[in-house]
Amino acid sequence: MSDYVLEGHGLQMRYDGRLVLDVPTIGVHRAETLAIIGSNGAGKSTLLRVLALLERPTQGQLRLDGRWVPWDTNLLACRRRFATVFQEPLLVDAPVARNVALGLTLRRVPRAEIADRTQRWMRRLGVEHLACRAARTLSGGEAQRVSLARAFAIEPDILLLDEPFAALDPLTRDELLHDLQQVLHESRMTTVFVTHVRDEARRLGDRVAVIMEGRLEQVGTPEEVFDHPVSESVARFVGVENLLTGRVTAARDGLLSIDTGRISVQAMGRVPVGSGVLVCLQPEDLALWPITEVGAHGSSMNHLPGRITNISRIGAQYRVEVDCGQPLVALATKHTVQTLHLVPATTVMVSFTASAAHLIMQR
Amino acid sequence: MDLIWAGIKQAVRLLITADQEIVGITWLSLRVSATATAISLLLGIPSGTALALSRFPGWHLAISLINTGMGLPPVVVGLFVSILLFRSGPLGFLDLLYTPTAIIIAQVIIAAPIVTGLTLAAMQQIPAQFPLQMLALGASRVQLLWLLLCQARLPMLAAVMAGFGGVISEIGASMMVGGNIRGQTRVLTTAMVMETGKGNFDGAIALALLLLALTFGVNYLLTWIQQRGLTQQHWRTP
Repeated sequence: MSDYVLEGHGLQMRYDGRLVLDVPTIGVHRAETLAIIGSNGAGKSTLLRVLALLERPTQGQLRLDGRWVPWDTNLLACRRRFATVFQEPLLVDAPVARNVALGLTLRRVPRAEIADRTQRWMRRLGVEHLACRAARTLSGGEAQRVSLARAFAIEPDILLLDEPFAALDPLTRDELLHDLQQVLHESRMTTVFVTHVRDEARRLGDRVAVIMEGRLEQVGTPEEVFDHPVSESVARFVGVENLLTGRVTAARDGLLSIDTGRISVQAMGRVPVGSGVLVCLQPEDLALWPITEVGAHGSSMNHLPGRITNISRIGAQYRVEVDCGQPLVALATKHTVQTLHLVPATTVMVSFTASAAHLIMQR
Repeated sequence: MDLIWAGIKQAVRLLITADQEIVGITWLSLRVSATATAISLLLGIPSGTALALSRFPGWHLAISLINTGMGLPPVVVGLFVSILLFRSGPLGFLDLLYTPTAIIIAQVIIAAPIVTGLTLAAMQQIPAQFPLQMLALGASRVQLLWLLLCQARLPMLAAVMAGFGGVISEIGASMMVGGNIRGQTRVLTTAMVMETGKGNFDGAIALALLLLALTFGVNYLLTWIQQRGLTQQHWRTP
């Protein structure tokens, strides 16, 4: 007996014979937030609609609390245990309070309880002051808060969120993301959260599922998925910018030497000599030093001299491209860039520990 | 000018004295057109909704036919209903020609496509994801239909107004299938044509004023229902 609230088995979805979703197993634990990430058109939303019992899969079955979902009878009773928030708020043409109460009205919950829960969830999502406003007069951010309050007020067994921030401006998104994180943490509601934005998944997800071209590539904790991607496509999607193909030339006490043809890299791992591997290096794990200042470090440290080819600012950090015989990307703070006088054509030393390199076995 | 003034004075006199014949004509007009509108709503709202939510072979043809029907000339409708109900016609045995029922039948044929077409348009302006969201919130099929109708209620009431406006003002069909029989099938529009034909302009103007007042009254009521609770909040800036 598993402790999954909701699980899917052999889920397949075909549109006009084309396979768009192929998920052998997926499960959602009680009180966890499962973030499903993937690029646009990867099948995330299709999977969510299947999990929400809104679309019947071409093949496969769902279990809700260990019981098979009956697609032909009594589906409404099962569906009423869910609540879904979509990218667009899609409110009914009525005041905010009526919208927040909608799911409860549809379930014929007693009036007093509707009033109580509506009030409570409007307060939690910060839309209490809008209670009497017509839904059509709300801004995008307000409307999405109302849509979230409407779903939370149902107090469903499983809450499903399909890219709820995708249509919002960055500031509104950050505020709402912060509030949602808090509400999810406090309410311990079982949640499935679909997004294409990596840091949203990282912030909200207790576990992260990566779906690519309709297939479930990896499921794990955010650390597992982001730091130890199982395949090149997952690595690329989670933002590993340095991907080097190489071959293991030596192995001693778990320390490997890998030859990429252009440079040699020291990495930790248990891979037989002669194997082909993909070396994944996160830009934030690469440190930059003045070429003259490299002191004595252990043999588990990699030092590669190179020339800066480009520097660009991304957010609060700088993205520095260095040609070490092999192009590498490092992230640097403003402080580093200024004190080291980093400009294109400067020669620098790129350093990273052997344990920073994550290896993916190649066939 | 004298003519118009005399007409208005006569109209006011007829209205104040509640002239039996005028009251009868007005009441019949209202009764016939309201019944025809109600039947059109019963036919048009379900068909418009069904068309909006479905796709089938020939869907485009069906829509085009309905859109054509929205502009159907009343005289053409009058002609076909007359032929159908004529004593030797296929439905002649019903003995309905030159009765208020015949006018209602003709007016339903005029108003039903208008209501269907406008219902379809009203439903189609609802975002495609809306039904999915309602189901996701736990709506049953019946609740979903109700929510869709509520969501489309502003343009739907416009459909009611357009349907009623179309039939209360038409004359061709009423004249052909009703026959303008005094005390039986004489309605405001047919009576007006007759009065004008006789050169009795003041009577015609009185009838015209009544028709306008009636149409205004009904539309005022519908507009009030439509805009209820909206005016306060619609474009108010915080």
